[in-house]
Amino acid sequence: MSGVITKNTILLTNLIKHVNKCSKRLSSHFNYYPDNEKPVNGETTKMNMMQAINNAMDITLKNDPTAVLFGEDVGFGGVFRCALGLQEKYGKDRVFNTPLCEQGIAGFGIGLATAGATAIAEIQFADYIFPAFDQIVNEAAKARYRSAGLFECGGLTIRAPCSAVGHGGLYHSQSPEAYFAHTPGLKVVVPRGPIAAKGLLLSCVRERDPCVFLEPKVLYRAAAEEVPVEDYTLPLGKAQVLREGDGATLIGWGTQIHVLLEVAQLAQDKLGLACDVIDLMSILPWDEETVCNSVKKTGRCLIAHEAPLTAGFGAELAATIQDECFLHLEAPVARVAGWDAPFPHVFEPFYLPTVWRCYHALTQLVDY
Amino acid sequence: MALKSSACVFRLNSLRQAVRLLSTHTRPEVVQNGKTGDFPGAKAPFVNEIKFLNENSYDPIPIYRVLDNNGEVVDSREEPNIDNETLVKMYKTMVQMNQMDKILYESQRQGRISFYMTNYGEESIHLGSAAALAPQDLIFAQYRELGVLLYRGLTVTDLVNQCFGNCEDAGLGRQMPVHYMSKPHNIVTISSPLATQMPQAVGAAYAFKRMPNNDRCVICYFGEGAASEGDAHAAFNFAATLDCPVILLCRNNGYAISTPSREQYRGDGIAARGPALGINTLRVDGTDTLAVYNAVAKARELALKENKPVLIEAMSYRVGHHSTSDDSTAYRSVEEIENWNKDQNPIQKFKLYLERKGLWDVESDNAQQKEARNVVVKTMQEAEKKKLPHWREMLEDVYCEMPPRIQKQMKQMEDHLKKYGEHYPLNQHQSD
Repeated sequence: MSGVITKNTILLTNLIKHVNKCSKRLSSHFNYYPDNEKPVNGETTKMNMMQAINNAMDITLKNDPTAVLFGEDVGFGGVFRCALGLQEKYGKDRVFNTPLCEQGIAGFGIGLATAGATAIAEIQFADYIFPAFDQIVNEAAKARYRSAGLFECGGLTIRAPCSAVGHGGLYHSQSPEAYFAHTPGLKVVVPRGPIAAKGLLLSCVRERDPCVFLEPKVLYRAAAEEVPVEDYTLPLGKAQVLREGDGATLIGWGTQIHVLLEVAQLAQDKLGLACDVIDLMSILPWDEETVCNSVKKTGRCLIAHEAPLTAGFGAELAATIQDECFLHLEAPVARVAGWDAPFPHVFEPFYLPTVWRCYHALTQLVDY
Repeated sequence: MALKSSACVFRLNSLRQAVRLLSTHTRPEVVQNGKTGDFPGAKAPFVNEIKFLNENSYDPIPIYRVLDNNGEVVDSREEPNIDNETLVKMYKTMVQMNQMDKILYESQRQGRISFYMTNYGEESIHLGSAAALAPQDLIFAQYRELGVLLYRGLTVTDLVNQCFGNCEDAGLGRQMPVHYMSKPHNIVTISSPLATQMPQAVGAAYAFKRMPNNDRCVICYFGEGAASEGDAHAAFNFAATLDCPVILLCRNNGYAISTPSREQYRGDGIAARGPALGINTLRVDGTDTLAVYNAVAKARELALKENKPVLIEAMSYRVGHHSTSDDSTAYRSVEEIENWNKDQNPIQKFKLYLERKGLWDVESDNAQQKEARNVVVKTMQEAEKKKLPHWREMLEDVYCEMPPRIQKQMKQMEDHLKKYGEHYPLNQHQSD
């Protein structure tokens, strides 16, 4: 009898393992590369990205009495649990639900910031940020300029989960950074993991310019690493070189960084090619210096992003690189991106700029 | 066939009944929660007949007024207790804004400024509301609120400099004319996109509410056309659900450019939307300065005491064209305009009131009109002579600190102007 139970348990365990493996295959087109370097010394705790973001907001609410956190379903902790426990800790007037209306959330946040408060607004999915596009582009971004610095809404940070998640389809997968990159006055930031997320979010919150903080939602739980417990920031407008080499420069941000790190490893193993891997981190303003210095060194450049190719942010990078590094380039700048189609449901594995699509492009770059 | 199947149904039914009779299981008595429905989304009585509600289901919201068309107080209990000095200041400001409108409108016609928008017919809304507010209250305006700005203390010089975009414009010539602002006077920068200021005003009010011993409320002006924007709905709903001390003041002047209010909405104006969203609401005669004053004073009290929003719909008529880019006789008759200008003229009404109180007369009026006119003419002549801001201001204040890419673009433009400067109007601008 006990034998049967054991056998059944094993079967069940195998089944669960199989399901997990399947779901992992569906939701993970990448392997997570944890950060090795710590931005500050001191105590660390293992956190996933959701916890790191929660921690950054906790620090903000603790130290800044004007800070408030709001959005749809934020009160109970948010649909991705990023605000978990914060309402209990700081009260309903500081962490609260708003009516379901993105343009209202953004406008309300601008008003809070105009009155001198620190406003952290959450848009439930970056796919739903477009109703707030007018408030973000025409109002938040231009507030300081049109007021000659006398009125501004720099205290505003808009957080939104973005990018592919395995099965998000059209409206739970988009990467809208390029829409905002065309808007002077905004800062647009995408972290690649918990350490970066905490440091960059704290920078965005304190920055005297309105920030759009896009969080690759697939990393919320998948990404875990040792995150410094104390308060620290990472500079906006600065890229990070995560891996060094002289064969080619690979540029990306968000989840795509982990794809590129794997591509770099493949290139090392299969081709003996060492690559610079640059996490842009700040989409606007972006770190031209780091990017161009790397491309001048390597002579070859591959840019990869999940968003569609045409007028994606890769186009801006490629144009600047050819402008600044023309005499150093050994091959045309390559761009591997989502196809120029809406983000599909069952075709996601074919749609994404996968390791193999990036690797393919890199081999062509090397053979050019 | 039909007969056969109905017989079959009958047989089945009797079978079911028999089973039910034989069964020991009794159906639980479902609790009837009386005559009231208690759904999470609404608590309301049940009814047993279908009755659609529409704009005719309710009487129209009445229009509160204090003065009649002859400037006489209808009910003395409603006459606000405003000191004489303030009453005269309010009137003088009306005269000043009127003269400014006349001269700047003409100057646009002569090509001296690029654009202008007059405020004719809405003077009472401006002065009645401005006088009822405290100087620390934050103002979010749409663009047709000149009287509010003048009353707050912006000078004709401040405003004219903005219209010319010269080096003394607080906004450094970056925005179109009439997009005023003043930090010291708590007037947030006006921007062209309609209704965007509405949820912003609500957010600012929320921030004030959270400040200890708050004595500031927020007022947000908008037209009845702007109220059709999604942002207006967002603002109403956020203000109500988040309990914000904000006064939402709608200037319903009957037109949004050429679109009459009949094509803007089918309900009972903007006011009817207030109670639907849980907002204290009042409709006032916007040509009656005292009515607007009372309404805003009460609204301010309520907003600050209870942290609740108030919606005020001030009914008026846009006597002037929408802007200098518009000829309103293309969509409405001259007679209609004249009718409103004559019988319901807000300035006239308020003047008659002041005359009755012995605070004003024809001589003072003539002198005031002349002085107001002279101030504008003189200011304009000075504003025209002033240089425009340095071209570098074009790239400042995009961010708190200038990013390297913009620094680079600044350098590019500098190099370009060194070489091709003669093709640009550099002499009109300040230089290094």
